[in-house]
Amino acid sequence: MEDIFTIANKNFNSRLIVGTGKYKSFEETANAVKAAGADIVTVAVRRINILDKDQPLLMDYLDPKSITYLPNTAGCYSSEEALRTLRLAREMGGWRLVKLEVLGDKKTLYPNMIETIKSTEVLVKEGFEVMVYCTDDPIMTKKLEDVGACAIMPLGAPIGSGIGIQNKINIALIKEQSSVPVIVDAGVGTASDATIAMELGCDGVLLNTAIAEAKNPVLMAEAMKHAVIAGRKAFKAGRMQKKQYASASSPQNNLI
Amino acid sequence: MNNLNVAKIQLNGIPYEINDGTNLNELLNKLKIQKNKVAIEVNGEIVEKNKYPNLILNKDDKVEIVQFIGGG
Repeated sequence: MEDIFTIANKNFNSRLIVGTGKYKSFEETANAVKAAGADIVTVAVRRINILDKDQPLLMDYLDPKSITYLPNTAGCYSSEEALRTLRLAREMGGWRLVKLEVLGDKKTLYPNMIETIKSTEVLVKEGFEVMVYCTDDPIMTKKLEDVGACAIMPLGAPIGSGIGIQNKINIALIKEQSSVPVIVDAGVGTASDATIAMELGCDGVLLNTAIAEAKNPVLMAEAMKHAVIAGRKAFKAGRMQKKQYASASSPQNNLI
Repeated sequence: MNNLNVAKIQLNGIPYEINDGTNLNELLNKLKIQKNKVAIEVNGEIVEKNKYPNLILNKDDKVEIVQFIGGG
């Protein structure tokens, strides 16, 4: 049964999007991405180190022709910085599908939704397809959709915290009301967290630290792949009703 | 004597000397950087790749060369 994941009119097989930060080496990054079966990876835009130009490049390990690079604005605290970063990313090679993240606080890395909405509006007008990292507030995500976001990406918990989805009610509400894909971005710590996101009906999961900081990142990447698939299938299958009391699984008649 | 032919620019925040009249393509060649893997800003303005040969750098220009790195 085909279950295609579509973002901004592009089809993808995997519903797991992975970050490429915090790995020990590019080789490990590439192996983890492969094990995760991801079609999309997030990447950051940074200055080239002029003093040490012989450092390896991410592009030498992950071919942007075979995997979709999703440039992000991680580390940006204002609309101006975020816009500058994504315009540079577009100039690098025509990237129009981008991840916007405008942070508001260094301790919590919580999104600044006022700047985020403002930036989304500008980027959409400039022809970008904007996937937006945001709070799990259904009013804010509705606003983002209104200004043209191509995907809504609420946090499950703070970036890099690994404590899993803290407000399932809100995530489910956001999914229910949105007509663009909803992807849980941030907070996933282990496989079951990713499964829960998918069981809530989300269209995908974006994670980085849960894989990169696992003791065995490549094995965790594989676990995440299966977790997302399992959660998606469980959601599509439709779970049984919860009951307060037991209900025997074997027939009760003709007992010996 | 040589000083007459060089200009100092700010390259990724670091003072950097170039020959007078150097264009962006020449700068990238000198740095051994492939242009399809980077984007460049000069004095806060993004420069389109097809304009690299025509953009001659001047003294005190602020040049930023960026690339994709790992990120979440």
